[in-house]
Amino acid sequence: MKIEDFIDGVSWGRKDLTNIKDLSLREINEIFALAKLFKSSLKTDGAKLPYLKGKTVVNLFFEPSTRTRTAFEMAAHKLGADVISVASNISSSVKGETLKDTARNIEALMSDMIVVRHSSAGAAQYLADRVKIPVINAGDGAHAHPTQALLDAFTMREHFGDDISGLKVTILGDILFSRVARSNIYALDKLGAKVTLAGPSTLVPDEFKSLGVNICYDLPEAIADADVVMLLRIQHERQRANYFPSISEYASIFGLGVRRENLLKKGAIIMHPGPINRGVELDSVLADSGRSVILNQVTHGVAVRMAVMKLCMGASLKGK
Amino acid sequence: MKKEFIIKNARVIDPSRKIDSKGDLFVSDGVFAEKVSKAAKIIDAGGLVVAPGFVDMHAHLREPGQTNKECVESASMAAAAGGFTSVLAMPNTSPAADSPSTVRLIRDIIAQKSKIKIYQSGCITVGRAGERLAPYGSLKNQGIIAITDDGSCVQSCEIMRNALVYAKMFGLLVLDHCQEYTLTASGQMHEGETSLRLGLGGWPRSAEDIIVSRDIILAHYAKCRIHLQHISSALSVDIIRQGKLRGTAVSAEATPHHLALLDSMVGNYDTNYKMCPPVRTQSDIDALIGGLADGTIDVIATDHAPHSATEKDSEFDKAPFGITGFETAFSVCHEVLVKSGALKLSKLISLMSTRPAELLGIEAGSLKPGTPADFVILNPKEKYVYNKTFSRSTNSPWWGKSLCGTVVATYVNGKSVFERK
Repeated sequence: MKIEDFIDGVSWGRKDLTNIKDLSLREINEIFALAKLFKSSLKTDGAKLPYLKGKTVVNLFFEPSTRTRTAFEMAAHKLGADVISVASNISSSVKGETLKDTARNIEALMSDMIVVRHSSAGAAQYLADRVKIPVINAGDGAHAHPTQALLDAFTMREHFGDDISGLKVTILGDILFSRVARSNIYALDKLGAKVTLAGPSTLVPDEFKSLGVNICYDLPEAIADADVVMLLRIQHERQRANYFPSISEYASIFGLGVRRENLLKKGAIIMHPGPINRGVELDSVLADSGRSVILNQVTHGVAVRMAVMKLCMGASLKGK
Repeated sequence: MKKEFIIKNARVIDPSRKIDSKGDLFVSDGVFAEKVSKAAKIIDAGGLVVAPGFVDMHAHLREPGQTNKECVESASMAAAAGGFTSVLAMPNTSPAADSPSTVRLIRDIIAQKSKIKIYQSGCITVGRAGERLAPYGSLKNQGIIAITDDGSCVQSCEIMRNALVYAKMFGLLVLDHCQEYTLTASGQMHEGETSLRLGLGGWPRSAEDIIVSRDIILAHYAKCRIHLQHISSALSVDIIRQGKLRGTAVSAEATPHHLALLDSMVGNYDTNYKMCPPVRTQSDIDALIGGLADGTIDVIATDHAPHSATEKDSEFDKAPFGITGFETAFSVCHEVLVKSGALKLSKLISLMSTRPAELLGIEAGSLKPGTPADFVILNPKEKYVYNKTFSRSTNSPWWGKSLCGTVVATYVNGKSVFERK
């Protein structure tokens, strides 16, 4: 199918993408279908596509990020848009400007889209409700990271086939503070996959069961049956707050080391949203092994974000 | 000539004398009377409820220092509109009421600006920092009737014990905001399914339960009184009940919002549902109502906490804690306590008037002849939309919503201070 024909026929009506929870299965599949078209066009022809030509995207990053910001920049470039990236340390927020004013000023500068990362949960939706241009959430506190979850699910589909219902996915690590885990739980649930959360009990509270997932505190048991093991970065500051005793204890009890590879099912894959702490949550050898699809995730991140940006921009222009 | 009037044709409710019957109310020169002369003016209450003016032992008036949120005058008018004739002002102003000069300054503002009776509290510790005792004796000389670090909680058990013992010498009631800090360092809302879904830091019940227990233990051994503010957790209600059974002089309050709202109502980061302690779950509400019914929880207090629209219009974790409460307290409580069948109206009046007056030791909460004629006329059946306020702030989860049960008129010392139009 031609990209033009697909874009003409989309039913997508959202100006913003702030979380996964509100998306219908149909909307998620529409993102995947367009991402797939973009992926193959990037492969055959790395040149720029014209779908956001003449548009300006502002990346507003109040938290540090390399991968996500670069992927959004790359996605915008590939669609022909101009990109301006604003980091928090040079923005007016250090002078005490409110988030609302920062966003309204960016809108008044005639930008066409905002991609925002912020340390406050709910910040992306807060912005989306206050500006007319599309807002894409690139991570808000511990709440949501919708494009990460979409690229993760997209990667699973590319590996296992389009129907991932019944797929067994174990997410391992700091779940409590993870926006990636939350968005993945919603996305995978909608797609029919079976999610198990694993990690130290302090970071995987029982209340997560209310989101329809299994919880397991025994690593061998948690990964034995998994088709996908998704590792999350373990943050050193959690240790300072005594969520677990030490990095070495974490690595020994919950790290996916080489010695544990034999616990994995044949054909099981390893995912990680990055950045990896090699030797802590994931052994270096495994990260670079044939099971690892970590770099595919990064590449898919561009195609998925192209799809999200194009769909949201399209809906926003339709509304005018 | 005496200034006399009669409120006729009323349902008179006076919990202080166990009265709930049709009758008339007599007022002569600002005090309730047994009878009045034939020249007295007659006011027909049209069958509405007449009750003692409400007493709120927990309110933030924000003056001095935060008059963008509220001032003594606007707060007193909002209180009057909510049927409150006596209010205890919290000391967390800027500067905090921890010195005789600040207490005196506030006293002067109240004398000039307030439409109702405003009582003052002082701080437990200097700057509400939890480190050094405030000078209670000197503060009492300037007129405070209670002490609290409300909004903050003294974490040191030793300092809290000394505060109880030292305050007892002056007959000052100690009110505590029960919050253990290490468990609430990142607390934005009740720790539960909703906080987990929204990715907001949890404020667990245990942080309240621990301080409630500590305070009761300290009060027990020191043989002192302690009043526990805005109880929100079911286990805390049980702990207080046990303390009372053991004979400890503990009292406690519940707020209308903790009786009516659930953590799930935070919905999509609605900052008008952000308060400290946070609203919790139905099982906590049920326990609080049970506590009110059996006397474990002594009073209802509003924790009226105005904040400007600018402050509340922000990311959830950057917004201040607190909501306004004076004007909606009666409607909300009538809905969840009386209309639901849990309590009788006379019990609600007692919780909002007679009991808090007893705890504070002030002359209020009664229609007894010879006492100041502070009273309200209530229409429990009248519906309205809450879209007008005397407060400078509108940070209420009920703003713009339909409520039932109105304050028709409020009188202080026999003078009308509010009439519903």
